[in-house]
Amino acid sequence: MTDATVNITTASFRPGTSDAEIEAAAAKAAARRRRTVTFWRLGILIAFLSLWEIAGRMAWIDPFFYAMPSTIAGRLYEWITEGTSEGPLWYHLYVTMEESVLGFVTGSIAGIVIGVALGRNRMAADIFSVYIKVINSIPRVVLAPIFIMILGLGLASKVALAFVMVFFVVFHNAFQGVREADRAMIANARILGASDWQLTRSVIVPSAMSWIFASLHVSFGFAIIGAIVGEFVGSRFGIGLLINIAKGSFDAAGMYAAIVIVMVVALGAEYLMTLVESRLAKWRPQPLHETQ
Amino acid sequence: MAVERPAPAIELINVSRRFLSPTGKSLTALRDFTMTVERGEFVAVVGPTGCGKSTTLNLVTGLASPSAGEVRVMGAPVKGIDPRIGFVFQTDALFPWRTVIENVMAGPLFRGKSKAQAEASARDWLARVGLARFAQHYPHQLSGGMRKRVALAQTFINGPEILLMDEPFSALDVQTRVLMHEELLRLWSEAKASVVFVTHDLEEAIALADKVYVLTAGPATVKSVYTIDLPRPRVVADIRYEQSFIDYSRTIWADLKEEVETSYARAAA
Repeated sequence: MTDATVNITTASFRPGTSDAEIEAAAAKAAARRRRTVTFWRLGILIAFLSLWEIAGRMAWIDPFFYAMPSTIAGRLYEWITEGTSEGPLWYHLYVTMEESVLGFVTGSIAGIVIGVALGRNRMAADIFSVYIKVINSIPRVVLAPIFIMILGLGLASKVALAFVMVFFVVFHNAFQGVREADRAMIANARILGASDWQLTRSVIVPSAMSWIFASLHVSFGFAIIGAIVGEFVGSRFGIGLLINIAKGSFDAAGMYAAIVIVMVVALGAEYLMTLVESRLAKWRPQPLHETQ
Repeated sequence: MAVERPAPAIELINVSRRFLSPTGKSLTALRDFTMTVERGEFVAVVGPTGCGKSTTLNLVTGLASPSAGEVRVMGAPVKGIDPRIGFVFQTDALFPWRTVIENVMAGPLFRGKSKAQAEASARDWLARVGLARFAQHYPHQLSGGMRKRVALAQTFINGPEILLMDEPFSALDVQTRVLMHEELLRLWSEAKASVVFVTHDLEEAIALADKVYVLTAGPATVKSVYTIDLPRPRVVADIRYEQSFIDYSRTIWADLKEEVETSYARAAA
């Protein structure tokens, strides 16, 4: 691969080669590189799935525990066309998404607001930091039974769990982002005449935004974890419930199928987030495209 | 206070400024520092690196307050940030998420002007620094010299009566720096502001200023003051070859050199 690229460039650097020729050669090399990357990506996936399928069929691994890609695909197809034993798949997915999104949105907003507030107020930060440290040291999933006991089997307990999963990540990044805001830029804004509130709104928050966005990328995944763990522990609907039921009936294909669904959703959310971020961050320098 | 003459733009009277180091030790940055800047005067402050030059500027803005002594702006003691002051920073202090024109509009908007007013005034100032075509660019798309011109427009749009500059051009290459000197002198002669220009570049100080303050190695105090009697308007690119410029340069450097050596010896020890 590398050799091929090098050959093309050295070959086109003979004296008298026009810029257009060099550019054409570079474009060709880039296209070839993209094709190679796509080829290997697909190849590895296909190889992995085939190996799994063959291993299951040849009984190298026990399909009862490990299932096979074909049975997982079959189960997905069945869920999509006929619905699950607990009702339509879409409804379960809808419930899990509703919990995750609500937890994600409330958790991020609370994290950003409190993170920025404490980041701006040194005294408050010193006082509350110890409590935040203590609460942060609790593994979040142990709160699931408590939330379910207090808030019941419905939506509220899962949203609460997703909220605490998201809140701390976003809070920490927002706080750190505010602390890292450039001192010269802050001094500049103040001398230009910014009040405290103007300073927070038009300098501190925008400059903390890249930190905050970094946390939002991870924390949607955390929100899904919160919702699904909540559903494991006790619920009437949701993808977590499907996994739990599949586990109860030793339905390996069902468990993997549920995982595939969550994977697709998480990737979709990540994609949307990147889209929003690149729209908001159009002021940032574009990285130079690597063609070699 | 004199009746017939307005009070000087800036007075620092026997000012000291101490910091607490992270380990809780007290460090003195300025000691018995006295300086007067008349209205419309261009003062340059030179001294060895790290001697506390920038501290003097922070005292005038009100971002820092003196441990002892008095700082007066337009005859009145400094209380908080004075709206008549403009500041040009050494580092890039533009807001990278705003376009060039939004950066220039920041000051008027912060000060409660309407958006239309701010924009009209910003367009005017961008034209004056020759960046009208770049209004919709983001700072990262501009060169270092262009970013500095945006910073100048951002500062001058507020109509400052006092202009503080903290090694503003030290990050620029030599040719761009000379162009920026011309630009600054032109804007200054139109705006009639009083300027304090902190730099470690002695030639820059002599080429621009009416008065050059030489500071001692830290803790900084005024070692000597030189009045630069070169005619204005000055052409910065050519002035450095004139005999009187060279004489000033030699005299002041002899003075500054001792402090630089002291500072260097201390850092090496």
